[in-house]
Amino acid sequence: MAKGECTTQWSKTEDTCSTLRNRKAFLSSEKQQQDSQPKDGDNSQTAGHSSKDGTQSSNGTSAQWTDRGTDPPRKETHSSVLLLLVTVLSFSTRLYKIMEPAHVCWDETHFGKMGSYYINRTFFFDVHPPLGKMLIGLAGYVTGYDGTFPFIKPGDKYEHHNYWGMRGFCAVLGSFLPVFAYLIVLELSQSRTAALITATLLIFDTGCITISQYILLDPILMFFIMGAVLSMVKFKQQTHRPFSAPWWLWLVLTGVNLAGALGVKFVGLFVILLVGLNTAWDLWGLLGNLHLSLVDIAKHFLARVVGLILLPLFLYVTIFAIHFVVLNKSGPGDGFFSSAFQSRLIGNNLHNASMPEYLAYGSTITVKNLRIAGGYLHSHWHLYPEGVGAKQQQVTAYLHKDYNNLWLVHRQDENNSEKASQSGAPDLVRHGDIIRLEHKETTRNLHSHLHEAPLTKKHFQVTGYGINATGDANDLWQVEVCGGRKGDLVKVLRSKVRFLHRATGCVLYSSGKTLPKWGWEQVEVTCSPYLKETPSSQWSIEDHINPKLPNISLSLLKPHFLEILLESHIVMIRGNSGLKPKDNEMNSKPWHWPINYQGLRFSGVNETEYRVYLLGNPVVWWINLASLGLYVIMVAVASVALQRGVPLDQRRRGRLHFCGLRGGGLLLLGWLLHYAPFYTMGRILYYHHYFPAMLFSSMLTGKIPEITENICDSCFISFFFYLFHPLSYGMRGPLAHEPASAMAGLRWMDSWEF
Amino acid sequence: MLGLQLPLLVTVQINMELLLLTLLAFWTRLSQLSYPNAVVFDEVYYGQFVSLYMKRVFFIDESGPPLGHMILAVGAYLGGFDGNFLWNRIGAEYPSGVCVWSLRLLPAVCGSLCVPLVYLLILELRLTHCTALGAALLLLLENSLIVQSRFMLLESVLIFFQLLSFLCYLRFHNAPHSSWSRYCWLLLSGASCAAAVGVKYMGVFSYLLLLGVACLHTWQLIGDRAVSHVSVCVQCVCRCVCLLLVPLLLYVFWFYVHLSVLYRSGPHDQLMSSAFQASLEGGLSRITQGQPLEVAFGSQVTLRSSASQPVPCWLHSHKANYPIRYDNGRGSSHQQQVTCYPFKDVNNWWIIKDPGRQELVVSTPPHPVRHGDIIQLVHGMTSRFLNSHDVAAPMSPHAQEVSGYIDFNVSMPAQNLWRVEIFNREAESEVWKTILSEVRLVHVNTSAVLKLSGVSLPDWGFRQLEVVADKLNKGHQSSLSWTVEEHRYGTMCVCAGQEQKEREAELHSPTHIDVDSNISFWAKFLELQWKMLTVKQEESEHKYSSSPLEWITMETNIAYWLHPSTNAQIHLIGNPVSWGVANLSLSAYQLLALVYLLRRRRGIKDLPDDAWSQFVAVGWLCVGGWAVNFLPFFLMEKTLFLYHYLPALCFLFLLTPALLEHTHSHLLSCLAHRRALCVCALAAAASVFLSYRTFCPLTYGRPELSANQLQDLRWRESWDILYRRR
Repeated sequence: MAKGECTTQWSKTEDTCSTLRNRKAFLSSEKQQQDSQPKDGDNSQTAGHSSKDGTQSSNGTSAQWTDRGTDPPRKETHSSVLLLLVTVLSFSTRLYKIMEPAHVCWDETHFGKMGSYYINRTFFFDVHPPLGKMLIGLAGYVTGYDGTFPFIKPGDKYEHHNYWGMRGFCAVLGSFLPVFAYLIVLELSQSRTAALITATLLIFDTGCITISQYILLDPILMFFIMGAVLSMVKFKQQTHRPFSAPWWLWLVLTGVNLAGALGVKFVGLFVILLVGLNTAWDLWGLLGNLHLSLVDIAKHFLARVVGLILLPLFLYVTIFAIHFVVLNKSGPGDGFFSSAFQSRLIGNNLHNASMPEYLAYGSTITVKNLRIAGGYLHSHWHLYPEGVGAKQQQVTAYLHKDYNNLWLVHRQDENNSEKASQSGAPDLVRHGDIIRLEHKETTRNLHSHLHEAPLTKKHFQVTGYGINATGDANDLWQVEVCGGRKGDLVKVLRSKVRFLHRATGCVLYSSGKTLPKWGWEQVEVTCSPYLKETPSSQWSIEDHINPKLPNISLSLLKPHFLEILLESHIVMIRGNSGLKPKDNEMNSKPWHWPINYQGLRFSGVNETEYRVYLLGNPVVWWINLASLGLYVIMVAVASVALQRGVPLDQRRRGRLHFCGLRGGGLLLLGWLLHYAPFYTMGRILYYHHYFPAMLFSSMLTGKIPEITENICDSCFISFFFYLFHPLSYGMRGPLAHEPASAMAGLRWMDSWEF
Repeated sequence: MLGLQLPLLVTVQINMELLLLTLLAFWTRLSQLSYPNAVVFDEVYYGQFVSLYMKRVFFIDESGPPLGHMILAVGAYLGGFDGNFLWNRIGAEYPSGVCVWSLRLLPAVCGSLCVPLVYLLILELRLTHCTALGAALLLLLENSLIVQSRFMLLESVLIFFQLLSFLCYLRFHNAPHSSWSRYCWLLLSGASCAAAVGVKYMGVFSYLLLLGVACLHTWQLIGDRAVSHVSVCVQCVCRCVCLLLVPLLLYVFWFYVHLSVLYRSGPHDQLMSSAFQASLEGGLSRITQGQPLEVAFGSQVTLRSSASQPVPCWLHSHKANYPIRYDNGRGSSHQQQVTCYPFKDVNNWWIIKDPGRQELVVSTPPHPVRHGDIIQLVHGMTSRFLNSHDVAAPMSPHAQEVSGYIDFNVSMPAQNLWRVEIFNREAESEVWKTILSEVRLVHVNTSAVLKLSGVSLPDWGFRQLEVVADKLNKGHQSSLSWTVEEHRYGTMCVCAGQEQKEREAELHSPTHIDVDSNISFWAKFLELQWKMLTVKQEESEHKYSSSPLEWITMETNIAYWLHPSTNAQIHLIGNPVSWGVANLSLSAYQLLALVYLLRRRRGIKDLPDDAWSQFVAVGWLCVGGWAVNFLPFFLMEKTLFLYHYLPALCFLFLLTPALLEHTHSHLLSCLAHRRALCVCALAAAASVFLSYRTFCPLTYGRPELSANQLQDLRWRESWDILYRRR
C-alpha cells in the first residue's frame, strides 16, 4: 500500500507534456507530504497481510530524506483518493468469499501439497523453481497450518485444516496487480483516466479474480512481474538524476522483483527479457549522448550489471540455498537426483549409508546412470511393441525408486544364485570380469543384440531376455571401472562403472530420451557402439545388498552447492520439456487465449457441485483485443504520417507522444514477450498461461483514451462483472444452458463449459 | 534512308571470367551425371513422387509444396521416364530403360547456375570483380554443394531460387529510380521467392528477410520528401503487388498445376475428405458413381468420421461385446461394441430407420432425411440398434459409452433415438446428402453427440478406435462430424443372416451425382494445404541425422551411396577449408560490426558513409541470409540432416570475400599489409582447391580408394566412412 502512496502523487493533468520533464524532480519530492494520512488508513485496510507490509516499509523510509515539503496541489489529493479507491476495490473483490469452496481446487493439489512439504521439510521435485511454493509454505506456517493435509486430489474437503492463510496470501498478492497496473499506466501516460480504466479492467475481470483466489503460483508470479515493471518505469523517471538514492532504490527493487519472478516460474524469464531489452535500449541512448564521458557510461553500465544481473542472480541462488537447507528429509523427489545428493537427505537409505563396500557376485543391486537426472536401470513385465526391434521385455531407465530397479549379479557360467551360496564368502567382482545381470522381479537377463534401439536408431536395443536366468551369449557384459586396471575391485557408490556388451562390443547407455506411451514414458536405455566415456554410458552401483558381506559405513563426498544447483536445474528443465500433451487430453492452443475461447474448470462439473470456472470477463478481454489492434493501426498511421512529414497540430502531437512509442511500445513489447513464445513451446499449455500477457494488454487498453474514455467507463465493465461474477465466486445449481441457472443466457460461446 | 550504316557491327562484351566460371560450374556439376547408375540416398524418396507424377496419381507430401517435385518430374518427363520403377531401397540399380541423366539434369543445372548468380550478386553489392570471383570459387569448389546438385534432390533448386530472388531485388534497388522497367526485376524477384517457397517451406524464411529489407527501403522512400505523394503511393502499391500478391498467386498456381496434373486416385486418398476423393478418377468416385444423392429413411450407408487423423475410419460394429469389467475395475454395459474401423468392411454398413415405421426399405417416393429429423441406426450385419446410455465409455470415462443395444433385461432401456444435425446446411442443403453433408448425430435422451475419441481400444476391442457419445458441445469439431460415404437404397427386408444376399441386391440410381463439379479448386487447395501443414511427421532419428549445432563444425557426414562390391562411395562432406574460412569470417564480421556500431554511437566515424552502407548491405544479405536459413532449425522438431545447412552456407560464402575486400580497402592502410592480405587470400584459395581435390573421390564416387586412403580421409573422428578391407 505504502508503496502505492508514495510513488503516485505526481500524476499529472494531461496538458503539460513538455514541462513535465522539468517538474519531475520537484514533484517526486512533493509527494511524501501526504503519505502519512492515507497510510494509516491503508494499514487498517490491509491488516492481516503483514508479510506484505514488511517489504513496503523500505519505501517509506527511503522517501523520508527526499522530503522537502511543498504544498500538495489539490489534484494530487484526488489522485490519492483514487488510488485508495482502487486499492479498496481490488482487495475487496479478491478477498470476498476467499474460503469457498472449502475443498481442493485444481492445481491447489500440487502447490498446496508442496507448501506442506516445506512445512514438513520433506524433499520433493517440481518443474518450477522453489520461491512460490516456499512463500505458500511460509504463509501456511505463519497462519497456523500444520502441513498435515494430504492434498491428494481436487475436490478433497479441507475440513478442520487451516487453509485460509495460504489462499489469503495469494489473494493479497493478487490484489496488488490492479494497484500496480494503475501506477504503471499513471507513470507512462500521465493520465489519471487511463490509469483508472486499466485498474477497472483488472479489478472487474473475473479471470484475474479467480486466479488470485486459490493456492497457485500465478498470483505470486504476476505480483513479481508487475512489481518489476513498476520499478523499471519508476527507475526510468529518475533518469535525469542518476545515482541518487531513489534511482538506486528503484534499480535494486527491479532486480529484486526480477529474481522473484524467476524464482517462482521460468516464465519470469520473459519479464527479465523485457527489462533487459529496455535497459539495453537505455544504455544505447546513454552511449549516444556525447556529453557523457566514457567513465560515466561505464558507471551506468556497471550499476545496471550489479542491480539487474548480479543482485537477482545472488537472490535467486539464495532462494535455492534456502530450499536445500529447509528440505533435509527424504521424500518423493529423491530418485531424480544423484546418489551424492541423496546422501544429504535424512531418511534416505544413502544417508549415512552402510552397505558392503565392494561389489560381489550374488548381490542385489540398483544401478544408476551418472548423467545428471539419469535414472535407475529398470525393467518390467511389458514387452517392446510390434515393430520396435525384437519383441522382448523392455529395459528402461526410471527416475523413481521401485522394486523393478533391482538386479542380481551373476557369474557368466553360473546358472542360478544358489550355487554361490554354498561356498563361504562370495567372490568380489573385478574390473574386466564378465557378468550377467538378472532382473530380480522377472528373472530375465539384461540382453542386447543387433536390432535398432527404439528412439536412438544409431544404437542397439537393450532387452530383458531368457527365463529363470537361462539365456544366451548376448546376456554377457564385461564390467569396466573407469580409470581402473584389470583386477581392480568395484567400489559401491564411488566407482564409475561401464558395462560392455561381450557379443557386439557396445556399451550400456542411457540416451535421456523419453519413450512413448508403450514404454510408460520412461527413459530409453540403449547399447551404444560409440565407446567414448560420457556420463550417459557410466553407471554407479547405488544400493548393494549382500547378507554375506559385512556392511561398512560409507561416507559419500558431499556435493558442492553449485553442483546441486546445476543438477536441480537440469532436472527441472528436463521435467518441463517432458510435460508433453497426452494424446487424448484437451490441449489449449495459444490462439484460444486472447479471444477467451475456453476457460479452465477449477472445481465441479455437474449441477450439484460447487462450480468455479476460470474465464476472463469476456467484455474486458474483447475490449483488450480490439484496442490492441487499434493501437497497432494508430501507431502505424501516425508513424507513416510523421515519416512523410505531414504537419500535425499540437494536440495530436501531444497525444501521439504519450500513447506513442515509448510507453505504449513498452507495454506492447511486454505483451508480445509474454505471449508469442508460447507458440514455439512443445509442452502442454493451459489457459492461465496467458494471464501475465493479459495484464500488459489491459494496461495498453488504458492508454488508448480516444476509444476507452467513452465506452468503457467503470459502470459498463462492472455491469458485466456483475453478470459474470458467479464464475469466480462459485455457483451451484443447473448448468448455463438451462434457464434457471444464474448464468442463463451468458454462455456466449459454445466452448465455454459452465 | 533508313539510317542503316554498313558494315553492320555488333559489339558484344563478354565477361570471360563469368563465362569461364559458368563453364567450370557446368563441368563440375554435369560431368558423368548418370554415374552411379543406382538410387542415391533421398532419390528413393523423391523418386516415388516423380513416378506418381508420371502416372498422374494423386499424392500428398507433407514435407513441402509441389513445385520441387514438379521440377524433378519435368526432368523425368523429358527423359521419357514412364514411372515404372519401384523406389524401394537406396542403392537399387536403375534398369537400362531409365534415363538417369535426365532425372538428375535439372537440379544439376540449377546447382551450376548458382555459381554465376553468386558472382553477379556480389557485383550488385558494389564489390569488385575480384571479390565476386572469390565467392564464386568458394561455391564452385564446395564438395557438399556438388554432391547435393548432382542427384535428384531439391536443395540446389532451392538455393538457386533464393539467390535469384536476392539478385533481382538488388538489381531493382540499384537501378536508377526514374526507370519503371526496374519493376520487371522486382516482379522476377517476387516470382523467384514464390518458386523458392514452392520448392521447400524453408524458402519462406529468406522470403521474409527479403520482405523485411524491402519494407525498410520502402520506409526510406516514404520518408523521402522530394518524391510526390502520388508517386509514393503508386510505388508502394507496385511493390506490394510484386512482392506480396504475385508470389501468393504463383504459390497457388503451383498447386493448381499439381491438382490438375494429378487426377487419378492413389495411395494417399484416404487422408482427404470424401468429397475430395470423389473428385479423383478411380478410387472413391468409382464406388460412389451412380449412388443416390439424398439419404432417405431405409438407406443403407457407411458413415465415415471426418476426423481423418491419422487414418480414416468408418463407424463399425461387430459381434463382440464390451467386457463386463475393464482392467481397471470399472464395469461396462456388456452390450455389443461399436467402434471406428479403418478399413472397408461389410460390418461398416448401417441402415437408417424411421422410428415410426417398422420396415427397413425405402418407400416410393423416397422420404429424405432432413436436418433435425429423428432416426434410428440399425447395424446391417447384426441388426443391433445404435445405442448410448449413461455408462462410462471404455477408454474415455468422462464420455458415454456407445453400443449396439442388447436387451439383457437389467432395467437398461434402449435409448436409440438420434437426431440428425447437418451443420453445413447453409452451404449445402437441409437434406442429408451423400458425401457432401457433414452430420452430427445427437443422442435424443442425453443430448450427447456421437464422437470419435481417437483412442484405440485394447485387445478385447481388436485395437479398433473408440467411439463415444460426449456431452461437451464445443462448436465445430471434426471428431463429431460424420459423412455418408457409400450409400444405396435398401429394398429388401433385412433379417440377420440374409445380409450377404441383401448386399447383392440391385441398387437404385435415381439421381446421378457428379461430385467433381461440386468441389471447387479453392476448396481442394485449402484442404490440401491444411492437410500438408497438419499431418504430423513422425519424429524419428535416422542413422545420419544430426542436430543444427553439429552443422557449423560439420560434425557428421551422410553416406549417400556405396558401391555394392567395391570401396567406391559418395558422401555428403563439405570442403573443410571453406567451412572453416566461412565460420571465421562470420565471427569476424560480427565482431567488426559491434566495434563499428559502438564507435559510431560515440560519434567516431571510421568509415565514409557509402562504405558503411555497403558494409551494412553485406551484413543483411550474408549474415541475415545465413541466420534465417539456419536459426529456425533450432525450433523445428523434425529429423534434420546436414544438407539442411547448405542454403545458409551459401550465404556465408558470399560473406568471406566481401569481408576480405572490406579489410583490404578500409582497414589496412599500409601497402605491405595489403600485399600480405592478398597473399593470404591466395593461399586460402589454393588450400580450398587442394581440399576440394582431396575429397573429390568421395564427391564423385570415383576413383575408388583403398581402405587406407579412405581412413586418411576421415579427418574427423565422428565421420562415418565405410570401407571394406580386402
